[in-house]
Formats: sequence, C-alpha cells, structure tokens
Amino acid sequence: MTETVRDPGLQPERTRLAWRRTTLSCTVAAVLAGKQALQGGPTPLGLLAVAASLALWLAFVALAHRRIRSLSVPRPGVLPVRVAWSAAGCVLAFTLFSAAVVR
Amino acid sequence: MNGFFSSLRLWFAPARVREEGETPDYRFSLANERTFLAWVRTALALVGGGFAVDQFLPDLRWAWRIGLSLALLAVGAMCALRAVNHWVRCELAMRRSEDLPVTRFPALLSLAVGAVALIMVVVVLFGWAEQ
Repeated sequence: MTETVRDPGLQPERTRLAWRRTTLSCTVAAVLAGKQALQGGPTPLGLLAVAASLALWLAFVALAHRRIRSLSVPRPGVLPVRVAWSAAGCVLAFTLFSAAVVR
Repeated sequence: MNGFFSSLRLWFAPARVREEGETPDYRFSLANERTFLAWVRTALALVGGGFAVDQFLPDLRWAWRIGLSLALLAVGAMCALRAVNHWVRCELAMRRSEDLPVTRFPALLSLAVGAVALIMVVVVLFGWAEQ
C-alpha cells in the first residue's frame, strides 16, 4: 500500500477550493457579460457575443478543472506559468469583450 | 525599472523561473498560488462591477455611466496583469530565498475603488441622471 502523506495544513485542498471560488467568480462575470450582450434584444451580433462569453467561461472551467486534478496528489507541483497566464488572459478577454459591448 | 524589465523578460520566457535558485517547499508555492487566485477574483469582481454600473444604473447620464464602467474595467485588467507579475516575482524571490517584493498596488487599488465609489454616490445623490 502506498503511504499517503496528509498535509496537516490541507494546503492542496485549500488551493483546490480557491480555484473553485475563482471559477464561481468567473461564472458571475460571464452571466453579467451575457446579459449585457442581450440588452438590446437578441440581435445576431448579440448572440455572437453571448457565444464568445460562453466560450471564455468554458475555457476557464477547463483550465481550473485541469489544475484541480493536478492538485489531487500528495505533493503537487508549482503552478505552471502558462496556466497562470491563461487564467489572467481569460480575465483580460472579458475586459476587452465588455469594453466592446458596453454602450 | 530594471526589476520591471527583468520580470517582463520572465513573462515571455517562463521556463527561466525554474532555472533560478532551488524549489521552495510546495506549501509556500501553493500559498502563492492562492494569493494569485485571490487577485484574479478581485479582477473578475472589478470587471463584474463595470458591467453592473452599465446595466443597473440605466438612468445615469451616458457619459457618467460609460466613464465609470470603463474605469472599473480598466482597473480590472490592470489587476489581472499585476496578479501574474506579482506571482512570478514572489515565486522567484522564494527560489532565491530573498525577501518577498513589496508593492504600492494594494494601496493604489483601494484608493481607486474608493474614488469610483465616491463619484458614484455623488452622481446618484445629486441626480445627474437624465431628467
């Protein structure tokens, strides 16, 4: 049987929960973005914007899911810089998106 | 300024982070990751706030509404960029067993958020809305 080292501070678990909280925040931002895009009724451009915000949200969920899975080992590795950039990139994309649809 | 350019170089050559110093205790790296995520949530909240100003204050004069909304979005974008930068710098400092970097960013951010809130209160109270 492999020995599973339990971290008394539950660091990996806390980090997993932090990713979940961040996913929740991302969901709120995506819902607000979708609402914003449909403000003037369901125009083709508005629907395209909703699809874009949904795609961004899915990208973030996938990213968080992969990191959460890689955190479920006793001694998880450092967050890859690529993942950090992708997470920040999602936020930046939301910003650009919203700057485009705010009227 | 030199520190800024060296961290800029690290943004585009991420593998260099691993070449520096020695790997710290994984718990410290995880704590750094959680701090990074907290900043990402702050950025998302600011972006959400930008949307909220635009959607939930429709009676506000156009210029005020758009101005406040774009200001919040811009601060959100800065916050996201700064989250990555700070995370990389903290990770490097831990690897080189240096002191963690100190920044003025939290103070500036809270001043900016306070200013936006104050402007919003004034604008709503004095009815600089249409009609």
